[in-house]
Amino acid sequence: MVMLDRKLTRDLLRLWAQVLAIAMVMACGVATIVIAVGASRSLEETRSAFYDRYRFGSVFVTATRAPAYLADRIAEIPGIAAVQPRISQPVLLDIEGMAEPATGIAVSLPDFSEPDVNRLYLRRGRLPEPGRADEIAVIETFAEAHGFQPGDRFKAIINGRSRLLDIVGVVLSPEYIYALGPGEMVPDPRRFGVLFMSHSVLADIADMNGAFNDLAATLQRDANSERIIDTIDGILKPYGATGAYSRKDQISHAFLDSELVQLRAMATVIPPIFLFVSAFLVNMILSRLIQLEREQIGLLKAVGYSDLSIAWHYAKLVIAISAIGLIIGAIAGTWMGQGLTRLYGQFFSFPFLIFRRSFDLYIIAGGITVLAALAGGAKAIWVTVALPPAVAMRPPAPPRYRSFFSGRLQKLNFFSQLTTMSLRHMIRWPVRSALTALGTSMSVGLLITAMFSFDSIDYMIDTIFFRADRQDASLSFTTARAPSSMQDVAALPGVLRAEPFRTTQVILRNGHRERRLAIAGVPDDADLSRILDLDLNPVPPPDAGLLISERVANLLHLKPGDSVEIELLESGRRVEYLPVSGVVRGMKSSGDPVEPGQTALGMATGGVPVTAIVQSYVGLAVYARNEVVDRLMADGTRYSGVRIAIDPARLNELYEAVKQTPGLASIALQRVSLGQFRKTIAQNITVMMTVYIGLAVIITFGVIYNSARIQLSERARELASLRVFGFTRAEVSRVLLVELAVIVAIAQPLGWLLGFGFSWSVIKGFESDLFRIPLILNPATFATASLIVIAAAIVSALIVRRRVDRLDLVRVLKTRE
Amino acid sequence: MAEPVLSARNVTKTYGTGEVQVHALRGVDLDLYEGEMAVLLGPSGSGKSTLLNIIGGLDRVTSGAVSFRDRDLTNVSERQLTRFRRDHVGFVFQFYNLIPSLTAWENVALVTEVSKDPMLPEEALAMVDLTDRMTHFPSQLSGGEQQRVAIARAIAKRPEVLLCDEPTGALDSTTGILVLEALSHINSELGTTTAIITHNAGIRLIAHRVFHFVDGQIDKMTVNQERIAPAEVTW
Repeated sequence: MVMLDRKLTRDLLRLWAQVLAIAMVMACGVATIVIAVGASRSLEETRSAFYDRYRFGSVFVTATRAPAYLADRIAEIPGIAAVQPRISQPVLLDIEGMAEPATGIAVSLPDFSEPDVNRLYLRRGRLPEPGRADEIAVIETFAEAHGFQPGDRFKAIINGRSRLLDIVGVVLSPEYIYALGPGEMVPDPRRFGVLFMSHSVLADIADMNGAFNDLAATLQRDANSERIIDTIDGILKPYGATGAYSRKDQISHAFLDSELVQLRAMATVIPPIFLFVSAFLVNMILSRLIQLEREQIGLLKAVGYSDLSIAWHYAKLVIAISAIGLIIGAIAGTWMGQGLTRLYGQFFSFPFLIFRRSFDLYIIAGGITVLAALAGGAKAIWVTVALPPAVAMRPPAPPRYRSFFSGRLQKLNFFSQLTTMSLRHMIRWPVRSALTALGTSMSVGLLITAMFSFDSIDYMIDTIFFRADRQDASLSFTTARAPSSMQDVAALPGVLRAEPFRTTQVILRNGHRERRLAIAGVPDDADLSRILDLDLNPVPPPDAGLLISERVANLLHLKPGDSVEIELLESGRRVEYLPVSGVVRGMKSSGDPVEPGQTALGMATGGVPVTAIVQSYVGLAVYARNEVVDRLMADGTRYSGVRIAIDPARLNELYEAVKQTPGLASIALQRVSLGQFRKTIAQNITVMMTVYIGLAVIITFGVIYNSARIQLSERARELASLRVFGFTRAEVSRVLLVELAVIVAIAQPLGWLLGFGFSWSVIKGFESDLFRIPLILNPATFATASLIVIAAAIVSALIVRRRVDRLDLVRVLKTRE
Repeated sequence: MAEPVLSARNVTKTYGTGEVQVHALRGVDLDLYEGEMAVLLGPSGSGKSTLLNIIGGLDRVTSGAVSFRDRDLTNVSERQLTRFRRDHVGFVFQFYNLIPSLTAWENVALVTEVSKDPMLPEEALAMVDLTDRMTHFPSQLSGGEQQRVAIARAIAKRPEVLLCDEPTGALDSTTGILVLEALSHINSELGTTTAIITHNAGIRLIAHRVFHFVDGQIDKMTVNQERIAPAEVTW
């Protein structure tokens, strides 16, 4: 066996370039598994450690004003482990040196103990002391965005009163790992802060003495959360509670979850592509090697080596290649996985990161890779085993070629003889040619999948910001206001146009199907915020009845003309009925107040195809005229907020005025959000495209280089003969390159199809109530993907071409193949 | 006497560097004249093929000079050598070197496509008596037929020189004679200067002149006063 192993080592060294090309493809498969699973495990571990140590809640509820003793009643519900009644209050921030107003939320901390639920991790300074007015702790992202340190101060309007707040500490909260401002699409730490204040202080400011308006609870291990939610709803119903919700609907948590889902999707979608390609490459190179070594194999058998030991010899070659791929992939994967985890650590704010080393992953990834490679090599190895030694020692029968045409047509010369050589060779090995094309097309598909989300996002931005919600900003009132408030808003400096809106939380029910969502009221002459039909044409809101989005229509099985039951959560859970007037696109402004438990936007920071999802793009949109909502609520004409168009020249004046305006809960600046959104996307594009182009180039290179090398090895004699007959190097290379060019050309449409399919399955995989992405693929995306792959193919072909130039003419003529 | 078509002057060829050097040619002079048929005879390793490759523009001399008519071939570029082979030389090899993916006709057309004044492929195939095998692929032809296709391919461009390296080396006597007849026919019909390498001494009798190679040198040159027909060659 020693001599065979020596042969194995030399074969590996001799074929190093091809071995490396295959190993790199395998390494990509291994690395994607290690990166995605590794990072998602690390993130999950980090998140659950943070949750456990800082007692993150499992059930959340907000109310208008609930008496403090109800918290004790809730604590007694069977299955509840701990409750923390709190006060939370929207604030407008006025920070020096910052023109646009920022918003925030003030959350109370118990006076003489740590919170029982949602504890804080103290990064710097200390927590506010009970009774010390105006002391606050702020979340780290906000502090960092402004360079705040304990000891710094800024102004804020809380409950209509302006106050100067002292920062005493910088904290992180399990509740705000992903801190998204109201109406925002991505976290903008400059414009959204979470402030923690002593309970007694905030109770005074918010007129909440002896009461709470927010509660978080942890549950016992096997508690029935649905029953608990129902019980809590029953207790708090008279106090303006809009319904308790569980952790899965908590914004920060839901966000993190969707990231983890995407990471895991990456681990299941991408590695199989690489495994398939590497299996094919192993098959290709091994078949050729065995064909070349046919006579040696016959000799080995003749001198008494068993079939098994010869098969094992070639299997070892496959295993050795896989081992190289595994090592490269594991090292690169671990390194990049930690990088990705760190990136997530920056994007989400964790106080610490736990890197989980998963040795089982390497074993699983390695096992799968070796098996895939052996499967690829199985046929080639089987052929050697099956060959009787006497047959093996004879040269193989010459390949049979076919004419494109028969009879007289054969005389027709459509192509030059050189081109004919290329095409016949390709047709002679149709499976190999097809697999080569398929392998190449996978790179095209992969690139399209990486890029389609940008097209989709562009489309969404265009639809939302330039067709549907065209306001510059949305102002939300702390409570619904009388129509006179419109005049106040219209009087603000720089306001060109103002459109009031009214929203209300409801449960929409059709038979046993129900969904909790908000009805968005719009004025009948709405021009800033428009409702778009399925063809993106604006439609006016109907005089009576609802316009529902496609998604809601599908979920609740509703069609125009149906009557739908509406439970009004903000009006004592009264039940009303309204007809469905039509089905529309369902693009909702992100400027409307975010309902609890509804995420605003997903953002993948890793190499995951889905880069962003605007929840509001779909969400669960239901529209009605403002008057229809007023009639439902039966409390006269009221507005939840106003959408405005702004004169850009007077922007700063407006900002100043807004900062001084009491009664505003928040201001969402659409244009500023869009800028922030685009900035975040742009950063992600660079990282993601680099990774994906890298992967696609490796596949293309692996496939094209190997296929060209094998062609060259099969046809060296033929090509050298052409050189002897006086064909130039360029002409001879053309024979090889035409075949590759045809294969790469066939791979393009195939790759576009694959890209479409991959993208479609990605979209289906992520579709939920929160997220839905339209599948938009621009021609430019197909073209870019193809150009990148073609460029990689040209480079690998040129490397092989250099070998054509160095063919030894004299030697090949003297030997029989 | 007429000017030679091809001439080699004091040609040496050394392979390898450093300690292990193989002297394949040690100062060879050779002239091939218009329309003549020459046979290069000698044991393996005596330098016949090396010389043929050099005068055919496939290889370069270590020292000495080679010229085609009045053009020097010693110090020209790779591109010019390729051009020389394309325009002036036809090759026939022991293992035929046909393109397996092209039919007999196409193998000939391969060369005529890039030649200045070629004959029709069917014309060339007719000269080697293969008119009825034109649409066959090499794998469907016998060894002798394949070699005749190779000859047709070599002569279809009307080369000035036809260089044949062991053209009958892989063939039995009957088919070998057919091949020699084809070569002889072309030599007399087209007047193509032909050089044939062989280690079969019987073949020497069909040539005008015979060069005997020994150990990298031409040991002697003999002129056949009377040539025999290929059919009379004893194997």
